[in-house]
Amino acid sequence: MTVLFGQLCTGISIGAVLLLIALGLALTFGQMNVINMAHGEFIMAGAYTTYVLQQSITGAGLSLLVALPVAFVVAGTMGVLLEILLIRRLYARPLDTLLVTWGVSLMLQQLARDIFGSPNVQTRAPDLLTGNVAVPGGLTVANNRLFILALALAAVVALTLALRLTPLGRRIRAVVQNRDLAAVSGIPTARVDRATFFLGSGLAGLAGVALTLLGPIGPTMGTNLIIDAFLVVVVGGIGQLKGSVIVAFALGILQATGEYLTTLSVAKVIVFVAIVAFLQWRPQGLFTLRTRSLA
Amino acid sequence: MSLLWGRRILAGAMTLVAAAAMTACGSKTSDEGGTAGVTADVSGDTVKVGLLNSLSGTMAISEVTVRDSIMLAVEEINAAGGVLGKKIQPVGEDGASDWPTFAEKAEKLLSEDRVAAVFGCWTSASRKAVKPVFEKNKALLFYPVQYEGLEQSPYIFYTGATTNQQIVPGLDYLKAQGTKSIYLVGSDYVFPRTANKIIKAYAAANGMTVVGEDYAPLGSTEFGTIVNKVKSSGANAVFNTLNGDSNVAFFKEYKSAGLTAAAMPVVSVSIAEEEVKSIGTQYLEGQLTAWNYYQTTPGAANSKFVAAYKAKYGADKPTSDPMEAAYVSVYLWKAMVEKAGSFDVEKVRGASDGITFDAPEGLVTVDGKTQHIAKTARIGKIGADGLITEVWNSGKPVAPDPYLKTYPWASGLS
Repeated sequence: MTVLFGQLCTGISIGAVLLLIALGLALTFGQMNVINMAHGEFIMAGAYTTYVLQQSITGAGLSLLVALPVAFVVAGTMGVLLEILLIRRLYARPLDTLLVTWGVSLMLQQLARDIFGSPNVQTRAPDLLTGNVAVPGGLTVANNRLFILALALAAVVALTLALRLTPLGRRIRAVVQNRDLAAVSGIPTARVDRATFFLGSGLAGLAGVALTLLGPIGPTMGTNLIIDAFLVVVVGGIGQLKGSVIVAFALGILQATGEYLTTLSVAKVIVFVAIVAFLQWRPQGLFTLRTRSLA
Repeated sequence: MSLLWGRRILAGAMTLVAAAAMTACGSKTSDEGGTAGVTADVSGDTVKVGLLNSLSGTMAISEVTVRDSIMLAVEEINAAGGVLGKKIQPVGEDGASDWPTFAEKAEKLLSEDRVAAVFGCWTSASRKAVKPVFEKNKALLFYPVQYEGLEQSPYIFYTGATTNQQIVPGLDYLKAQGTKSIYLVGSDYVFPRTANKIIKAYAAANGMTVVGEDYAPLGSTEFGTIVNKVKSSGANAVFNTLNGDSNVAFFKEYKSAGLTAAAMPVVSVSIAEEEVKSIGTQYLEGQLTAWNYYQTTPGAANSKFVAAYKAKYGADKPTSDPMEAAYVSVYLWKAMVEKAGSFDVEKVRGASDGITFDAPEGLVTVDGKTQHIAKTARIGKIGADGLITEVWNSGKPVAPDPYLKTYPWASGLS
C-alpha cells in the first residue's frame, strides 16, 4: 500500500515534468501546428539562464525565483526571433519547417557548447528544495518534485485563464479555430502567431529553470526531452490543453508503475506500445477541437 | 487533417535518420588486403604515433581530456630527446563517438600514416570495434580506461584498471566497513552488466546480499522509481555503474529522497574529478569512488603531472584517472621501445614484461602475459571542494587478473 502510494507520487511527479516540458509545445505545435524541433533548445536556454543568473545572484533561492521570469522572456524572445526569421516564411510548408527547426536546434546546441563548454554545468539548488516532506505511511515526497508540480499546475491555470479571458487569448483561439475567418474579421493573425510563439517558447524556458533541480544542464539536454514533449501533445490531441494535462499524468503514472513492476527499459517499451495502441484507436488524440474550418 | 500530415512528416524524418545510420554502417572499412601486418614508417628522424579519440559527439567531453594528456606526455618526451633518438610526431584522428568511425580511422592511421603505435579509445564499444583492425594489422593500441575485463588481445595494452583492480577492491572496502547488503544501479550496456555479474558472485561468496539490481538506458534522466526502490530496500550501500548524464539525475534524486552518504553511501566507478564538477558537490559530498588515481594522490610524480597539466590547459582543469592512465601509456610505450631497441611491434611486445614506471598514481609494472599493468587500487571520498581524497588503498600494486582466475568465487563467471 505504501509502495503503491509512493509510486503514485512518483508517477504524478514524472507527469508534472512531462506536462511542464509539453505545455509550451501544446501551444506552438498544438495550436499553431508548427513542428518546432528547436523547442528542446528553448528548454536548454531556460536552464542556462538559471546558471548565468546564479553567477551574479548568490542566493540560490532568490536566483531561482528571478530565473523564472527572466528565462520566460529569454526563451520567448528566442522563439519570436525564430518565428520572424524563419517559421513565418514556412507556414505552408510543414516539412521544411521540421528540417529548418532541426537545423536551428543543432546550431543552438553548438552555440551553447561554444559559450558554456561541452561538459555539463551545475547550479546550486536552494536548501528548501533539496529536502523532502514526510507524508502519512512513512513515505516522503521530494520538495523539488512538489515545486515542479505546483509550477506546472500554476502554468496550466494561468494559460487557461489567459486563453479564456484575455483579448489576446480570444484572438489566439479565433486564429486556431478558423484562421481565414479571423483574418477577415480584422484580427492581425501574424501578430497573434508571434504572440503565441512567444508564450509557447517562454513556457519552455520556464520548464528549463525547473529542470535544473532534477537533471543535467548541458548542450544536449533539450534533445532528450523533445520526444517526450511531442508524445504528450500528439496523444493529448491538437488544440486542447486539457488533453495534454491528462495525458502527461497518465503517461507519468504508467511509466512509474511499469518501472516498478519491471525495469526502466521495459517500462519505456510499455509506454510506447500503449501510445501506439491508443493512436490506432484514436488517431486524432484524446481530445480534438471541432471547428467548421475547412483547413 | 494537418495533424496526420504532421505525423507523416515525423515518420518520414525517422526514416531519413534510419537511412543515414545504415549508410554509416555500410561505410565501415573492411580492407580485404593482406593479412601481413603493416610496418611502421620509422625511416626519418621522427616516429609517428596515432591519437584516436572522440573530439566530437557525446563522448567528446571525456575523450578530449585524454587527448590533452597524451599530447602532454608526447611533448615532454620530445623535449627530453624523443624515443630512440627520434622525435614523436603525433597524428590525431577524431573517432566522433561513432564506433564504425573508430575502426575506419584506426585503419587509416595504420595503413596510410603507418604509425608505430596508437593511443586512445574510451568506451568498450569503440575498443571492440578497433580490436580486429589492430589484430589484422598486427599493430599496437594503448587503451587508457578502466573496463569490464574478460579480454586479452595480443595487440592491445590495457593501462586502465581491470575489474580486480577497481571493482573488487571497492567491494573489499565495503566489506571491511561492515556492509551486509548492497543495491546495484547501472546503465544498460556491457560494462555495468558484466561488473554486476562479478559483484553478485563476490557478494555470494562474502556473505553480502544483493537486495536489488536496476538498469537505466544510457542518457536516461528519470530516477524517481529507482531511487524509491533503493530507499525502500534498506540496503547498507549502493554500487553505482551509471554513466554520463544519468549520474546527475540519479544523485539529485538521491539527495531529494533524503538519502545521505552517511546512511547509505554510494560507491561509483565512473565518477572522476571532471564528472564531480559537472554534477555538483552539493549532491556528491561524502560519496565514494573507486579508482587508481586522484588529483590529490601524494608523490612527486603526481605533483609534476598536475602542475604541467594545469600550466598547459588551465588552472581550473582537474586531472583524473583515465587522463593519468593515458599519460602513463605513452611513457610505458617509450620504455618498451627503448628496452627492445626497436619500434618493431613484436619486439616491443616481447620487451614489455616487467617494465616499470614511476607514474603519478605510484609505481606501475607491465605484465607481459596479460598486457595489463599492476596498479594500486584507491578508494576516495568526494570533498566539498570537488576533489577526491583517498580513504583507503590496497597498500601495494594489485597484479592484473582480467579473467579473475585467482579468485575462487569467480570460477562460475564468463
